Order: sequence, then structure tokens, then C-alpha cells
Amino acid sequence: MSTYKVPTMAEMAASGDSPEILFWVGCAGSFDDRYKAVTQAFVKILNKVGVSFAVLGPEEACTGDPARRAGNEFLFQMQAVANIQVMNGYNIKKVVTACPHCFNTIKNEYPALGGNYEVIHHSQFLQHLINEGKIVLQGGGEFKGKKITFHDSCFLGRANNVYEAPREVIKALDVELVEMKRCRTKGLCCGAGGGQMFKEPEPGNKDINIERTEEALATGATTIAVGCPFCLTMMSDGVKNKDREHDVKVYDLAEMLAKDMGI
Amino acid sequence: MSILPQVVFLLIFAIAAYILSKRIKYLRRNIFLGKGETRNDHPEERWKTMLLVAFGQQKMFKRFVPAFLHLLIYVAFVIINLEVLEFVIDGLAGTHRIFAPFLGAAYGVAMNIFEFLAIAVLVSCVAFLIRRNVMKVERFTKPEMKGWPSLDANLILVIEIVLMFAILTMNATDQILASRGVGDYALLNTLFFSSLIRPIFEGMGNGTLIFIERFAWWFHIIGILGFAVYVTYSKHLHIFLAFPNTWYSNLKPKGEMVNMPEVTNEVNMMLGIPTEGNQETPPAEIGRFGAKDVNDLTWVNVMNAYSCTECGRCTSECPANITGKKLSPRKIMMDVRDRAEEVGKSIDAGGQGLEDGKSLLGDYITKEEINACTSCNACVEACPINIDPLSIILQLRRYVAMEESGTPAQWNAMFQNMETSFSPWKFSPSDRFNWAEKVKEEEVK
Repeated sequence: MSTYKVPTMAEMAASGDSPEILFWVGCAGSFDDRYKAVTQAFVKILNKVGVSFAVLGPEEACTGDPARRAGNEFLFQMQAVANIQVMNGYNIKKVVTACPHCFNTIKNEYPALGGNYEVIHHSQFLQHLINEGKIVLQGGGEFKGKKITFHDSCFLGRANNVYEAPREVIKALDVELVEMKRCRTKGLCCGAGGGQMFKEPEPGNKDINIERTEEALATGATTIAVGCPFCLTMMSDGVKNKDREHDVKVYDLAEMLAKDMGI
Repeated sequence: MSILPQVVFLLIFAIAAYILSKRIKYLRRNIFLGKGETRNDHPEERWKTMLLVAFGQQKMFKRFVPAFLHLLIYVAFVIINLEVLEFVIDGLAGTHRIFAPFLGAAYGVAMNIFEFLAIAVLVSCVAFLIRRNVMKVERFTKPEMKGWPSLDANLILVIEIVLMFAILTMNATDQILASRGVGDYALLNTLFFSSLIRPIFEGMGNGTLIFIERFAWWFHIIGILGFAVYVTYSKHLHIFLAFPNTWYSNLKPKGEMVNMPEVTNEVNMMLGIPTEGNQETPPAEIGRFGAKDVNDLTWVNVMNAYSCTECGRCTSECPANITGKKLSPRKIMMDVRDRAEEVGKSIDAGGQGLEDGKSLLGDYITKEEINACTSCNACVEACPINIDPLSIILQLRRYVAMEESGTPAQWNAMFQNMETSFSPWKFSPSDRFNWAEKVKEEEVK
């Protein structure tokens, strides 16, 4: 038996290899205790399927998204230009990431700064692997027949028009996908975008994640599926706030697939 | 027959045209208080967007009831304008129903269609008045709607109702006179809807009827000219501006923020990266970073503001607004327009214009509002004519961050983390790859 491999670009380059894809982990994927499980699940899937990939490891830095949206264009561009230098240095062509904020920034905003890559969100990548038959689901897994609702991430949905890929991935698990009233183009934000993740909300009468969690719970779903690290945090906090941790779980798509694959 | 009515008509028409042309120049100047921005790429896609979104009302239909009622008014507006053409020719030539002899029976059919549309407008406007004033639909009762915005909305609906009544009255009296064989009044096929109100007028003498018919005719045409002028002072400008506004839509993915090349130059210099092709064109004088006032925004932003009809679909979908925060995307648009108006009027009055000591940020829009935005694009998605409030909010944030260093303390901490450890959280960059240790030890199942 062998162990899972997580090659870095530096290691690959040293041995003269170049992977098919760069897996962009992102800051939440690297540091957030809960969200690290998503990174690990995705890496296991990549190993299992035999996708040729590498990560930047310590050479990766924040894409700069929260700084840019908070108004600090200098800091954003410092981050972006440094990242682009690293990626161009490795001659990277294709990037896959689980974070819609990283996805949006690298795909849409790095080209103006000289970084041109094919950028794919992990929901799209996983859907592709399922369609190609490379991921074979056991069926009858943990989620079979369960009610699951999908919370659209703004930066995946409205920002980039990716609505169906995550739903196709969920449907492949043989579950009952139930939609919230506000979904797809009308999906309600979890409250963390635009830099809100890093500060207290402005004065109001409710927190946005509570409003959204209530909507998710109203569907009767026992799992809230997400495709974004910020959404994962916000929805998990919402479920905790509503004292429903015991019967409602918040999972990322990659975790759900990995569970079903038994890895 | 005296040519006095023709002279009077010509005079009124000329005055209206003069006022309108002055107003259009004024609005154009105000819109171009905004900075230059070229958005002429992909013309086919732009025409298509305009056809679908403005002409075809595509995004309106996300909410069916108001969309349907609005469609009736919109179709009526477009089609009834054909009749206005006849009004204008009649008015100038001293004729009456000049198209009737040319079109024969088709004229009567057309008039019946116009009358149907007039009734549809009446019904829709009454329904809209009820939605605003009786049902008090939430998005029409938000704080920014107090005073003039609500009055403006109600006035428009009442004016439209009165104008439609004028058409029906004119047709009813005209046809009674025609059936009595008075003067040149041409008898048409039965005009269904106006015949319903004929009993009101049947008992009146010819003289009274001629007076009422003429009064309704003059009232309608002067009303329309007056309304056209009124529109330039009102939120109702969307009936014209929706078209250019959608043509100049942002065609890029909504998540993309516009790059600031002036910052790129400095960043490249700091990092010692040669800038490609920029050597020949030294950066133009660097103005302000981000936006503090209307002239820092682009002209498309300001046109967006003048196109906004304050329907509030953006605000009703804004997660910040829904949860009681001060931010309302509609108010952002209204503030931009109000500030552009203030500056424009001041310039015309020989005042200080932009240098009046006030600014969009601070005097109109507060930091609390822009700080509440999650950049989720719900407002942009919701707008039936592709207005982009988020673009304005983000430009204001750029000013606050880069010119004032006035971002909230927690954001400053996030900036600091990013500067020192390349992550918005305070973790050591050398720990970035630690997540892999556990998985690397696990055996592949």
C-alpha cells in the first residue's frame, strides 16, 4: 500500500516534470482547521483518480481578493503580481481551485496583470470526472436518499455563472436535492463576501448567515452542501447558532464525494 | 377656418422642443461629469443585450405580476406614439385625423387597438398606484423613497391615467359628432372602449361636444409634450435611457473588478518588473485613487444613476438591506444622481460646481453603507436594465482605503496580515503546507 501524494511544483520542476493541473489551495484551504478537511478530501480524490497535479505549497500566497474588495488595490496587486510571477515561472496552464474567490480572481482578474490560465472550479472539475466515469460512486453511500440543499456561492454563481456543476455533482450521489427559495441567480449571499469575512458586520437587525441558514433549514435538508470556504464557515456558524449541529451537517462537495468513495 | 390654432400649436411645439433640447444638453453634460470610459467592444453582443433586456423586457419577467403590468404600459407607450405623430401633423396642418382617409377601415381597427392599450394602461397604472399606496409593497416604502421619490412615482401614474382618459374622451365625443354629421368629423367603425363612455356625452349639444373634443385633443397633446419635459426631471427617464444603458452594459463576468493600471505601474516599479509597452506612454497625471465624488466615477456609472427608475428590486435582494443594514443599492444610485444634479445646477448658476465643499462620499453616501456590501452582485443581477451599483460601491471603497486609509480597523488588520504573512489571517507562511502532512501519511484506500 502506498500513501497519498501531494507533490509541489518545486519538486515536480526539480525532476523535470510538469503536472496537468495546479491545485490552488487558497488560504482557507491551507490554514482554516475545518476547511483543511476539504483540501485533504480533494487531494485524496485527485490521487484516487490518478490526476497529475501539484500544489505550490509554501510558494502560494493569498490571491489578494479580500484586499481588493476592501479597496486596497495596491496590496491586491502586490499579491497578484507575485503569484503570477511564481505561476508563470512554472509555466502553469491549468488551475483548479475549491475556493470561488480564488477562482474568480485568478480567472478574471489575473489576465490584466499578465496571468493567463485556464481556471476551473473544483465543482466543474469533479463534475467532469464523474461524467468521464473516472469517479465511480459506490451508490448507497452515506448520503443516499437524503435531503440535501445546495447553497450557491456568489462568486461561483452570479459572478461566474456556474450554477449547474455543483448540482450535478450532488445529484450523482443519488440524493434528493431540494432547492431553497432563493437559489441560483437569486441565491442569497452567506454574508462573507466583499471582505466581510474579516470584519464584524455593520449594524443591522440580523446577521446574513442566520437569514440564510434559516432558509436552508426550512427546506428540511439534513445536509447543506457548499462549494466555498467562506460559505462553509458562515453556514456552519449559522447551524451552530440555531442549535442544529446534531442533525444538520454542512459539507463541501469534495468532502461528500470522498465520503461516498470511501476515502 | 382660422389658422390661429395652427400657429398656437406650432408655438407650443417649438417651446417644448426648445426646452427639451436644453434639458437633453444639461443631462448629457451631467452624465459626462463622469470620467471617460470606452465600452464599444462586441457591438453585436451589445445590440443583442439591448434588444433582449431593454426592448424585450427580459429581466423584468423575474417578477411576473409587475412585469406583465409594466409590459402593457410599455407596449402602449411605443404604439400610442404612432397616434401622437398624427396629432402633431394634424396640429401643424390644421387637419383632423389625417391618416383616416388613407388607411380606410384599417384606421378604425388601429384606433380600437389604441383604445384597448389606453384601457390597459389605465388598469396597470391603477394597479401600480394600489401597490404603492394601499398594499405598500415593501420596496416602495424604504426610507430613501420618502418625499419627492414617492410623489414623483405617483405623479407619473396619475398623469398617465389622465392622458389616457383624454384619449377616450376625445374619441367618444368625436364619434358622437361624426354620427350627427357635424363638420369634418369622420365616422369610424365602432370604437369599442370609448363607446362605453359615450352615454356621458350623448345628451350634450354640438357646441359643448366640439369644445370637449377640442379640449381633450389639446389636453392630450400638450400633456404629452409637458410629460416629455417632466420626464427629464424625473426617475421616469428610464423610458429613454434604458436603451443606451443596456447597450453599454458590463459584458464581462460580474465578479471581475476593473483593474487600475496606474497602480500596476507603481507595483511593477516597486517589484522591479519592467512594464511592457508602457515606456513610450508615461502614465498620465495620476488623479485620485478610487472615487470620492461624481467626477471620479465613470460616465457609465452616472448614466446608470440617471437611468434608475427607483423600482428597488436591487434593494429588495440585497443581503445587507434584508438584514437591516443601512446599505441600499437603490439609494446609492439615487445619491449619485442627486449629487450630479447638485453639481450640474451649481455650474449652470455660475456656482462652484464640484468645488462646493461637498462630495458624494460623506455628504450623500456614508462609509457605513459601503462597508456593509458583500459584493454578492445580487443588486446587479436584479436590475431590469443592468445598472451596476456594485461598481460604484467598490470605487468608493478604493478611495477610502487608498486616499484616506479609512477602512475599518479589522480590515486594516487583515491588510497587515496579508502584507506580512501573505494570508488574510495571521499564520506563518511557512505553515502554509502543513495541511498535507496528515494526508501524506495516510494509506490510499
